[in-house]
Amino acid sequence: MTDSAPSGDVAGTPLLDLTGVSKGFPGVQALDDVSLELRRGEVLALVGENGAGKSTLMKLLAGIYTPDAGVFRLNGEEITIEGPKHAQELGISIIHQEFNLMPDLTVAQNIYIGREQRAAGFFLDERSLNRRARKLFEGLGLALDPTERVENLTVAKQQMVEIAKALSFEAKVLIMDEPTAALNDAEVDVLFELIGRFRRPETGVVYISHRMEELTRISDRITVLRDGRNVGTRVTAETDQREVISLMVGREISGEQRPAARPIDGAPVLSVEHLSTRSLLRDVGFEVHAGEILGFAGLMGAGRTEVARAIVGADPRESGEIRMHGKAVSIGNPAEASRHGIGYLSEDRKHLGVLLERSVRENIVLSALRDYTSALGFVNDARIEATGRDYIERLRIKTPSSAQLVQNLSGGNQQKVVIAKWLAKDCDVLIFDEPTRGIDVGAKEEIYALLKGLAEQGKAIIMISSELPEVLRLSDRIAVMAEGRLTAILDNADATQENLMDYATRFSSEGTIA
Amino acid sequence: MTSPTVTPPTSDRSPSTTAFAAIDKGTPRFARLRGSLQQLLAFASLILIVVVFSIASPHFFTANNLVSILTAATVTGVLALGTTFVIITGGIDLSIGTGMVLCGVMAGVFLTYLGWPLWAGVAATILFGGLIGLINGVNISVLGIPPFIATLGMMLIAAGLSLVISGTKPIYFNETPEFQSIMNLSIIPGIRFPMGVAIFIVMIVVAAVLLSKTILGRYTFSIGSNEAATALSGVNVRRWKIVIYTLAGLFVGLAGVLSASRLSSAQPTGGMGLELEAIAAVVIGGTSLQGGKGSIVGTVIGALIMAVLTNGLRIISVPQEWQSVAVGIVILVAVYLDMLRRRRA
Repeated sequence: MTDSAPSGDVAGTPLLDLTGVSKGFPGVQALDDVSLELRRGEVLALVGENGAGKSTLMKLLAGIYTPDAGVFRLNGEEITIEGPKHAQELGISIIHQEFNLMPDLTVAQNIYIGREQRAAGFFLDERSLNRRARKLFEGLGLALDPTERVENLTVAKQQMVEIAKALSFEAKVLIMDEPTAALNDAEVDVLFELIGRFRRPETGVVYISHRMEELTRISDRITVLRDGRNVGTRVTAETDQREVISLMVGREISGEQRPAARPIDGAPVLSVEHLSTRSLLRDVGFEVHAGEILGFAGLMGAGRTEVARAIVGADPRESGEIRMHGKAVSIGNPAEASRHGIGYLSEDRKHLGVLLERSVRENIVLSALRDYTSALGFVNDARIEATGRDYIERLRIKTPSSAQLVQNLSGGNQQKVVIAKWLAKDCDVLIFDEPTRGIDVGAKEEIYALLKGLAEQGKAIIMISSELPEVLRLSDRIAVMAEGRLTAILDNADATQENLMDYATRFSSEGTIA
Repeated sequence: MTSPTVTPPTSDRSPSTTAFAAIDKGTPRFARLRGSLQQLLAFASLILIVVVFSIASPHFFTANNLVSILTAATVTGVLALGTTFVIITGGIDLSIGTGMVLCGVMAGVFLTYLGWPLWAGVAATILFGGLIGLINGVNISVLGIPPFIATLGMMLIAAGLSLVISGTKPIYFNETPEFQSIMNLSIIPGIRFPMGVAIFIVMIVVAAVLLSKTILGRYTFSIGSNEAATALSGVNVRRWKIVIYTLAGLFVGLAGVLSASRLSSAQPTGGMGLELEAIAAVVIGGTSLQGGKGSIVGTVIGALIMAVLTNGLRIISVPQEWQSVAVGIVILVAVYLDMLRRRRA
């Protein structure tokens, strides 16, 4: 593994070379004929909207997925990555976005897990393990205590542990997925210094990030993925943010019909002021009116879902006032929220939206079950059946009967069951979080029609979506978030994919964009 | 293999931990203090209970009674030691109670029915326990049956097999009368200090060393802390889980020998509920059922708290029915305090 890099003739070949890589999942072509190369000694930034295929590409390199098609070459030699361990042995180290640490073990134990220093076969030599870790940290200039338990570290330090672990493998290719997501400015500087030190003629870094400002600082070239394709690579010094964003967004949006500007009556149904949470949200405020769809755009982790969860009391609020029809309401949990007429349809449908092993009709009446229960506590099955059949017809849920188990329905029809459930509750405000995630194109259209219909009936609708075309197509107004703050609320007429992406990448550390 | 220097299992942290802590300014030092606080708390509760009973009754704090507390703690304690490993991985073993009974019966089979020499019968019994654990481990690790179900099945199988093999009658160790001295032989002149208690103490040290000084212990914690990440790091998680359940089984085998020796006979009935007592001891000792956290010292303190409570309540003439109530309350309080601690952490 430590043999010296092939010299001379191969110096011109890229360090890592991917040709024609494809990977599909049921319903999605995550990667479609992607080719890219990582040159020796460079930092290659990989950017793209949510769902562009960055994570899939990374998991292929990590050996977690196997590609459907395509050739991987490392130093010009064709390789097949057989698994996570094999990837490490090949010299490909990956720092995943979600940490892969054992919180109950110490820093040194985490770094050398599976490669322990042993005193006599079965026994551990903890002291030399710690010494080895300390030497590694000295070499990297990291202030980490090898004997500290990882659970006691700040997120930033945990990130450092991940990096130190990746570097301890004598990696040739280092892949980092949003490594700065949890870091402050000073910590970002340390990280960049580390990357600088790692970068040598025989190594290379793939750096995945949303933060344009970071890319100009750290990367040599930028490759843009869109809808699973490589849509272009630019030399960082010769491009600007605008070009990269327009590559990321790509699609022409002219064909899509925008909602006609609807008159919105004066008084808002729901108004939110100074909403903050301990972890992320900072002073978020907005209003939604009856008959209006307010879209929420932003990148992954911008805090859109957190806004919804904080409003309905699923997460604790640090500060903030919520008013329904002008009256302040106190909402401590989702049950209280629905009593006040606010319904939240979670993005995690399978875990938080439906009971997969129960019937369609049971799911539909679940939140309103009290209305179907006699004074003695008996459930009125006949009425439930009637309501179930009613909603199946109205929302055109494709199911043989209302007794069908929800797990046997398609994603789109499951989503309709969730919507029916909240309609049965008769809420004034409905918050849809990624309502079309994992739903095929035809069913998406039906969901869009449903949302529009609900707004026309006078419901106030909040729609969180990671797909900009979807946001633009449905929303009357669009709120954009970045790093837990609201960076803009635009009328649909003023919004374009480009300026939404621009607002979505306005990070506080960066100030205003020139 | 060179034997490492055995440190008393009072702390699983090396002294260098605290020395280096001073260098790193960014470390929340109170967090590591809190870790040892929990163990201190459990130990303090044990002392408190002992003091209360000592005041309540002059018959409590006597050498003989303390020895009988230790004796009472021995069998459950040995079971709890093995179970600690399993629980730290995030698993559970419900088969240890009836498994222990089956091992006792097998001791009877080896020594009385087959007439094996004492050492061979004892060794075979312990290995038989290991076999039970091995089967549990394979069922969980290879077949993917959840630990609760896999060991629940084994619990019933072991209970049934004990009755089938023994013909529902106790087996007496007529061929090897020395068998009963494994547990009962007094090894300290003057007071009645049974050898079984000494074996328990040795096993505590063995378990503590295994858990804190060996690769086995490291992976036990690692699997419980984040199984997926451990596997991603290239550790053969499946194999180590089998090893860990087998280890727990070996402790079950030893407990089978000790309990049969104590009664001078293999009783084919009972054992149900003993697994919960052992798990209770582990939990009172601060080991998390979610996995990743735990210690042998904690388990020993937990086993002692249970034994002291049972013994003390009997001495101050609390009816037996209430003793179980008291133990139940202790479990709830101990686990709730532990949760409070974690939530603040």
